Parts: sequence; structure tokens; C-alpha cells
Amino acid sequence: METSTWTTKVGLAQMLKGGVIMDVVTPEQARIAEEAGAVAVMALERVPADIRAQGGVARMSDPELISAIKAAVTIPVMAKARIGHFVEAQVIEALGIDYIDESEVLTPADEEHHINKHKFKIPFVCGCRNLGEALRRVAEGAAMLRTKGEAGTGNVVEAVRHFRTVQGDIRRLQSMDADELFTAAKNLQAPYELVKQVAETGKLPVVNFAAGGIATPADAALMMQLGVEGVFVGSGIFKSGDPVRRARAIVEATTHYKDPEIIAKVSRGLGEPMVGINIDQIPAEQLMAKRGW
Amino acid sequence: MSVGVLALQGDIQEHSAALLRLGVRPVEVRLPKHLAQVERLIIPGGESTTIGRLLALYDLIEPLRSRAGRDLAIWGTCAGAILLARSVLDTKTGGQPVLELMDMAVRRNAYGSQLDSFEQPLAMPVLGEAPLPGVFIRAPQIETIGPQVTALATLPNGAIVAAQQGRLLATTFHPELTGDDRVHRYFLAL
Repeated sequence: METSTWTTKVGLAQMLKGGVIMDVVTPEQARIAEEAGAVAVMALERVPADIRAQGGVARMSDPELISAIKAAVTIPVMAKARIGHFVEAQVIEALGIDYIDESEVLTPADEEHHINKHKFKIPFVCGCRNLGEALRRVAEGAAMLRTKGEAGTGNVVEAVRHFRTVQGDIRRLQSMDADELFTAAKNLQAPYELVKQVAETGKLPVVNFAAGGIATPADAALMMQLGVEGVFVGSGIFKSGDPVRRARAIVEATTHYKDPEIIAKVSRGLGEPMVGINIDQIPAEQLMAKRGW
Repeated sequence: MSVGVLALQGDIQEHSAALLRLGVRPVEVRLPKHLAQVERLIIPGGESTTIGRLLALYDLIEPLRSRAGRDLAIWGTCAGAILLARSVLDTKTGGQPVLELMDMAVRRNAYGSQLDSFEQPLAMPVLGEAPLPGVFIRAPQIETIGPQVTALATLPNGAIVAAQQGRLLATTFHPELTGDDRVHRYFLAL
């Protein structure tokens, strides 16, 4: 018997497909998420909207909180470590959590290097804005990807931009002949073997979800119709007027993403969505998606 | 023969790909009108709490119960095996909807967290001599089976990981992740 193989790491992400992963900051919120049909929860001290509003250095959450959330639910639990902070990742692994998000939502601990994720038994999900970034993360051992979007804004525009960019990059690779892929790999700053694999298969080597700015059932269905395999919803649920109904509605819209009548039905009377932020009103140094290299 | 994959949540595409390799174009089943089109149904891996909730919400439980084992063969992998069980141990707080179709008790997350997910080659005599690659991801375990249920595969410690009751089949592991399509072929002949 062999534990924590690449197949089992990628496999858990495959089991999450078609589902919604929700940010939660208390065990009670985790229970609400599980009841609503979340496939997993992300255990955090502050949702991205609050991190953005409060500023300062954002770090891994208190292990006590992460463990309390883990104890409250039966679905998988994820927790965030800072980019490059491999000791925060070691701590989360020691807690017996199911997945680590090496996340740009937290303040990076290393401005050149990401965590060498091959050294861990626990699988990692990482953010990406384009194909080069996605494949660098996979080369470092990420078993799952998510397009970054701009977390804590309630504005889906960056999630759309990042996913369309990844898809466009993939389509360009597919149009190249074998000789051109070497230079493509150089330009993408990604390993040739992974570039060649993507050119052949037409898809990313691991499961890819959308994240960052999804606030409504229609946002979730938009990303699913574009071709992501599931969604992360951060501030969008528990910063809204009626988190229980909104959580349920986003789950249903993610499953029935091709059915506008169902999306219309679940979108009725959900109360206030989270207050959104326009991206061009965020000072450049406060954009989270730019973190990561 | 039309074969469906329950497409509420989980690794739907991996099962569809295996069926396509065997020359079968599957129907994605999300609503009762889709279920009415199929004679066989695969319930994929995923989260049993999520799939169970959506089954109940979209009125799929009753049509599944009334047809299962008769004009509808069903195979559940992992979460699907949980949904087929008569009794589920370690449910979420407050319980969770399941189909209660196979006379067996299944324990969720029986091996621990993701760090305990594992691969283990399996002997499954109905598929022939060659060992079957077993991929177990936060896997459940079949703890007890009733007299109508046959164990088809066990781990070296004796734990049951595949079981059959007539035209109902449950595996706690994921043949759809391995490229070995023998269990899919077996199900298509049930």
C-alpha cells in the first residue's frame, strides 16, 4: 500500500469537480457550507474582503481555528499558506488537513520562490493567471490549479480574464508544430515536457477551478460554461445578506450551469450580494493577483 | 443500450471517457427527464453529501429507488457506493440523504484524511487473474454485507472494497482513474 501518491493527490481534485469550495471563518460557517452542498471548505481567519479592508500582513490561520473547522465537518478541509512559506505548509500538513492553498490572498513570504510542493505528502492548489504560471506551479508539484481572479472584490472580471488567457494560451500551443514548442516553452517560462503535454491534450495537466470575485449563481455558471471544472467562492457567500440561501443557490447553479431556467430560479430573492469593488479603483500595489512568480 | 453518468458533481468526465473508450456514448443525468432515458447509471466519485443533497432537491431519489435493480443497473464508485448503501456510518451532523438500495453498511472516510489516501493493487476474481489497480481517495469502507450481497474484492486485511447485489454494484475505489476499464466492461454486462 502506497499513500499520498501523485494519483491520489490529483485524484482528490478530480472528486471535487463540478462543486463549490467555500471560504469559512468559523466552525458554524463550515457547517452551513456543508449543509448547502459545498464539496470542501477553505478554513480562514479572515475572508479576502476583510484582508483587503484591514490591510497589514495576512498569514496562515491559527491552527486551533483550522482544527476546529476540520472537526465540525465531514467534507474535505483546505487551508492557506503564504506563497513560499514552506513551514506554514508543514504546520498545515501536521494538522491532517486535506489540501493546502499556496495563496496570493496572504502576504507572500518569498518574492522569488514558491514552495517545493513535491516534498509534501499533502496536495497543493495554486493560483494562475496564464498558462506559463499554471505550468510552473505544476512543475513545483501543485496537484490542482485555480485561476486567481481578484479575491475579495465580488467582481468576476479578473476570473474571466485569467481563465480566457489560459485557454487562449492552450489554443495557441495546439496550433504550433513540434519545432515551435521549444521556443513556446522558453517564452512561457515553463518546462518543455509540460508544454508538449498541453499541446497534445489541449488541456491543463491537473484540474482547474475558478476563484476570485465569484459572488452570484450566474457568476459561477459563467465560469463553468467558459470551461472551469468547479469554483471557489470566498467572500461572496458570508459577506452577502443571506449566506444560507446564496450558498445553496451557487451550488445548484454550478451543477446546472447549462440550464438558464434553473439558474434563474435559484437566483430569485437572494438578498443583497456582497458589495463589489471595481478593479481600476484598487491601487496597483494592493492587487493580489500580481503576487506569485 | 443507453448508459448514464449521474452528473450532479464529481469525476463525471473520467467515467464518460472510460465509457467512450468502450464505444458507449453516455447520457449526463442531472434531472428526472434524463434518468428516464437510461438503462444503466454510474454514480461517480465526489462528495456524497453534495450529490445526496442534489438528488433529493431535484426529485431523483424516488425514480431511482423504483427502478434500481430492475430496469436500471447502477454502479456507484466511492461516493456512489455510499449513496447505494442501506446504512451509512459517520454521516455529516444531522445525517444525509442516501438511496438505501444495497443491503450493506458503509463507513465514510474510513481510512482518515487525504494524507491516508492510497493505492493498492486488488484481486477481483470476476475480472480475471490480473490485479486491478486500486485507487482509494478519502475512501469509504464496506463494513458489513447482508445475505443478498456478494463481496467481489477485498484488501489484504479482509476489508470489502467491491460488492454486488444483483444489478447493483459498489466499489469504494476508482477504476475510472486508472485506464483499466475492466470494471466498466463488467458493469455494462450486468
